[in-house]
Amino acid sequence: MSLTIQEVEQIARLARLELTDEEKARYREQLSAILDHVAQLQRLDTASIPPTASIFSGDSHLRRDEPRPGLPREELLKNAPEQEKGQFKIPPVFE
Amino acid sequence: MFSLTEAQKLLQSGEISSRELVSACLERISALEGTIHAFLHLDAEGALKQADAADAKLAGLRKTGLPVSESAGLLGIPMAIKDVLTVEGMPCTCGSKILEGYIPPFTATVVKKLQAAGVIVLGKTNTDEFAMGSSTENSAYGVTRNPWDTSRVPGGSSGGSAAAVAAGFAPAALGSDTGGSVRQPASFCGVTGLKPTYGRASRYGLVAYGSSLDCVGAFGRSAADVAAVFSVYNGRDPLDATTQDVPAAKIVLETETGSSLAGIRIGVPKEYFLAGIQPEVEEKVRAAIQKMEDLGAEIREVSLPHTEYALPVYYLIAPAEASANLARFDGVRYGPRVSGETMWDVFYKTRGEKFGDEVTRRIMLGTYALSAGYYDAFYGQAQKARTLIKRDFEQVFREVDAVACPVAPTTAFKIGSHGDDPLAMYLEDIFTLPANLAGVPGLAFPVGFDAAGLPVGMQLMGRHFNEAALLKIAHIYQQATDWHLARPRFAVEQ
Repeated sequence: MSLTIQEVEQIARLARLELTDEEKARYREQLSAILDHVAQLQRLDTASIPPTASIFSGDSHLRRDEPRPGLPREELLKNAPEQEKGQFKIPPVFE
Repeated sequence: MFSLTEAQKLLQSGEISSRELVSACLERISALEGTIHAFLHLDAEGALKQADAADAKLAGLRKTGLPVSESAGLLGIPMAIKDVLTVEGMPCTCGSKILEGYIPPFTATVVKKLQAAGVIVLGKTNTDEFAMGSSTENSAYGVTRNPWDTSRVPGGSSGGSAAAVAAGFAPAALGSDTGGSVRQPASFCGVTGLKPTYGRASRYGLVAYGSSLDCVGAFGRSAADVAAVFSVYNGRDPLDATTQDVPAAKIVLETETGSSLAGIRIGVPKEYFLAGIQPEVEEKVRAAIQKMEDLGAEIREVSLPHTEYALPVYYLIAPAEASANLARFDGVRYGPRVSGETMWDVFYKTRGEKFGDEVTRRIMLGTYALSAGYYDAFYGQAQKARTLIKRDFEQVFREVDAVACPVAPTTAFKIGSHGDDPLAMYLEDIFTLPANLAGVPGLAFPVGFDAAGLPVGMQLMGRHFNEAALLKIAHIYQQATDWHLARPRFAVEQ
């Protein structure tokens, strides 16, 4: 199957990736080839087969919901590219 | 350079000190790292300081007069850690520009357990970006070179860890294995590498790639080395809800001559000996299977009929999970930021600029497979096919105790030889992907050399939680053979 440039742009939008025109053309070709390859799965009759999301499902080991100390705020903010008043700082969300 | 189990004995008896051992590793690194490039971060000073502390503790233990081996554990043993596992205070880049400068404020549970047992972390090793690749060529910080032939790749994605052990930089190392990233580099570098059962060891502090597939694995020179490391870091962790409630494995492999494989049934899956694999790989693996038969094992031909679907299943499921996991890298909380007018600009620009090609490709592939209108045909169908692959293994393990096959279709390939063809690179993983999809353990170890002098690896796969069976088979094989003792030429010269 062959993806269109518009489809590549739509995928990149969903994934929040800015691509150059050269990248769009290259990924269009490469992703189309990979999708051709994975299309062989359509040959399998899986009508009666349940999906596997994880190998040991059904028995999740959630710990008790008890408050406990987390990492200190200053430690977590140390890696932030920008911060202010103990918060992560970002540019405006709305234009 | 000593193996881990040799070093353990010499440290405990006081014949060598941890400072001597760590210094020997650092000397080797300073002589050869310029060529190999196994490390992204090295903490020489910290390692020496910890070595002195370990020596003081060892001296104390010897003074008690009690057997030191019982309490010393891995005290004073240096290890290298793949740069997708966090170690508090050490940079963690995952081989990516998007985490350049990130210093994690916490340590991965598996590393914490090793440190508690006395392990000294030498540094962080090179990896394909976010563990996506089979050669370390996808690292944003340059390729690692194979110690057996520096014009070739060490395999990947844990290529730095495998090369570090092969070059004698460290007696053991940790890696991660989502589709073969411990086993394939172990094979290419002629060392022993274990991918445990899914859920056997904690993923807390392992930067997530494919969460239903990711496993922390270990490299050493022999099955005994790997068993010693794995025995320390496996087990349930309250900080990882997918770790399973089974008793932690403690595997001790004794050195005894004349051990036999009598009573052990080994299956040879015909789907793993395809036309197109390098003839010497098939020849050496078949010779190793013959050797195991000579040692008493019962060999049977078996079938894993859905093997051919593992590649398409993996390259839908892993990218789908990756596309969700890597959403967190957005230039807000860690790593560099590419500035923009709005928050959205920051996301698009930071991710567009800082992710490398392979990571971008997999994020896009996964995003597509999960998107409205394609979910059932791609991701849903892959999850169902995954069930068929899992059932193949359940069926086979009713008949045999382990399955033996090649690790990869070829020995180490030349740097740059796969060019810009992602599918050609994906085909390197065809024999390692099924174990991740089925969650079963897999072990890779050397069984010979090709005509170019490059190591050939064999893979054993086993039942869930039965890493011990695989390590024991490999150990008995290694007691009777010496492929695992061979060293790259420059390693012998020193």
